Amino acid sequence: MIELLQYEFTRNAILAALLVSVACGIVGTFVVIKKMVFISGGISHAAFGGIGLGYLLGINPILAAIPFSLLTALGIGTISKTIKVAEDTAIGILWTLGMALGIVFVNLAPGYAPDLFSYLFGSILTVPSTDLILMLVLDFVIVTVVIFFFREFKAISFDEEFSTVIGVPARGLYLLLLCLVALSVVVMIRVVGVILVIALLTLPAAISRQYTYNIKKLMLLSSIVGAVLTIVGLLLSYLFDLASGATIVLVLVLCFLFSWILKRSK
Amino acid sequence: MKEEIVSLKNTWVYFNDILVLEDVTFSLKKNDFVSLIGPNGGGKTTILKIILGLIKPDKGEVFVFGKAPEKGRKSIGYLPQYSFVDLNFPINVFEVVLMGRYDTVGKGYSKEDKDRALNALKTVGMLEYKDRQIGRLSSGQLQRIYIARAICREPELLLLDEPTASVDPEMQKSFYELLSELKKKMAVILVTHDISVVSVYVDSVACLNRRLFYHGSSEAALKKLEQVYECPIELLAHGIPHRVLKKHGK
Repeated sequence: MIELLQYEFTRNAILAALLVSVACGIVGTFVVIKKMVFISGGISHAAFGGIGLGYLLGINPILAAIPFSLLTALGIGTISKTIKVAEDTAIGILWTLGMALGIVFVNLAPGYAPDLFSYLFGSILTVPSTDLILMLVLDFVIVTVVIFFFREFKAISFDEEFSTVIGVPARGLYLLLLCLVALSVVVMIRVVGVILVIALLTLPAAISRQYTYNIKKLMLLSSIVGAVLTIVGLLLSYLFDLASGATIVLVLVLCFLFSWILKRSK
Repeated sequence: MKEEIVSLKNTWVYFNDILVLEDVTFSLKKNDFVSLIGPNGGGKTTILKIILGLIKPDKGEVFVFGKAPEKGRKSIGYLPQYSFVDLNFPINVFEVVLMGRYDTVGKGYSKEDKDRALNALKTVGMLEYKDRQIGRLSSGQLQRIYIARAICREPELLLLDEPTASVDPEMQKSFYELLSELKKKMAVILVTHDISVVSVYVDSVACLNRRLFYHGSSEAALKKLEQVYECPIELLAHGIPHRVLKKHGK
């Protein structure tokens, strides 16, 4: 086990797991307590459009995914609240639009897209150092924004209308929160892929909220749970030669079931 | 003359083509204590939401503290009729009340804010529950928490939407005692179906059923209602409030 750490790719994988856990603990907490799972699912899938755009333009797909998913987040957030379409319908439309665009972009891109599969389902063992730096920067942005707007995010998550009444700019901050979801998605794409990102945004917080009623503790606990389970998933996928993203998600789901049963049986 | 703090002029509101408020003109002066009464769907909550700037009227002018409604929010305490909150939300009683002290982005809660929040909890008799997660309270206790959240803001205008709906009689009484203290310091608009309260504590009444039928002293309002129905108003209110108020327009 120790000799594994000698390889750069395993060190990178563990670093990636830690960086992912910061985003999943902090943003995942809001996704779960504000019940934004479906809208976050829409943003994460639509981010595939950005990946495709990266291929088409010949730039790092992760880099291209940042503006693309931010725009998607703002689009979903605005459309679902202004146009007279049910919110889940609007999400469903943009969710598939983003993915369809991604596929068309990849078709249009010259040549063959070798690691497309890793963006869809994740590949924690092949995260390059440049992407780690990107993930670190995005984590830093996420943490800074949440520290600054913590009271406001808490207020809009608890009761959006009342938060407006006390003077919280709820509309704008909701969009900002969706942008943080978009950035978290970008942080996580390399590890679990756009299709499985929503697992990392919901499961660690869903597991942790059974044990605390304090938001800050919930964030901390979700981060720890996220880090530990991602690394466990990583090891299992290595030992049994399974797809890493899917193994991580399975570990998360099993752990959720286990903790749920444990909590209920007391 | 007392300063006018709320003014609605010829206000019309439609919800999806349904007329909710028709040509309502309403004003409230400093330290007024007005009760809004009227049947369900009569537009009482709508008026409160207009004052809060949550609903924009389709026609008419609204000024709160002489400004656009959303600019007056800092000086308003609000108790909503329903709060659609997740009772499993990771938040405790103290944190909910403290939200009433929210001022602006970047300005955290001070020691004074925390003291005021604790004081408000004491006032509603819920201090011992301050660390409890909100899902572990009864609906009446939760209502008290929301009352504390509204009053700890120390507003100049207090908007209460059926504040005693789920509160036990003892708390109701002490709540109205509290209100008669508070009205010395702030203006109050109280939406209620409880006309027995109106007769004892409230200075003036506004009867609302899409249109504003009456806006004046509560004494005169009660006399008028009693004349029309030839029976004590309390009986009317508790028995068949909706019919009573519907006939108002004829």
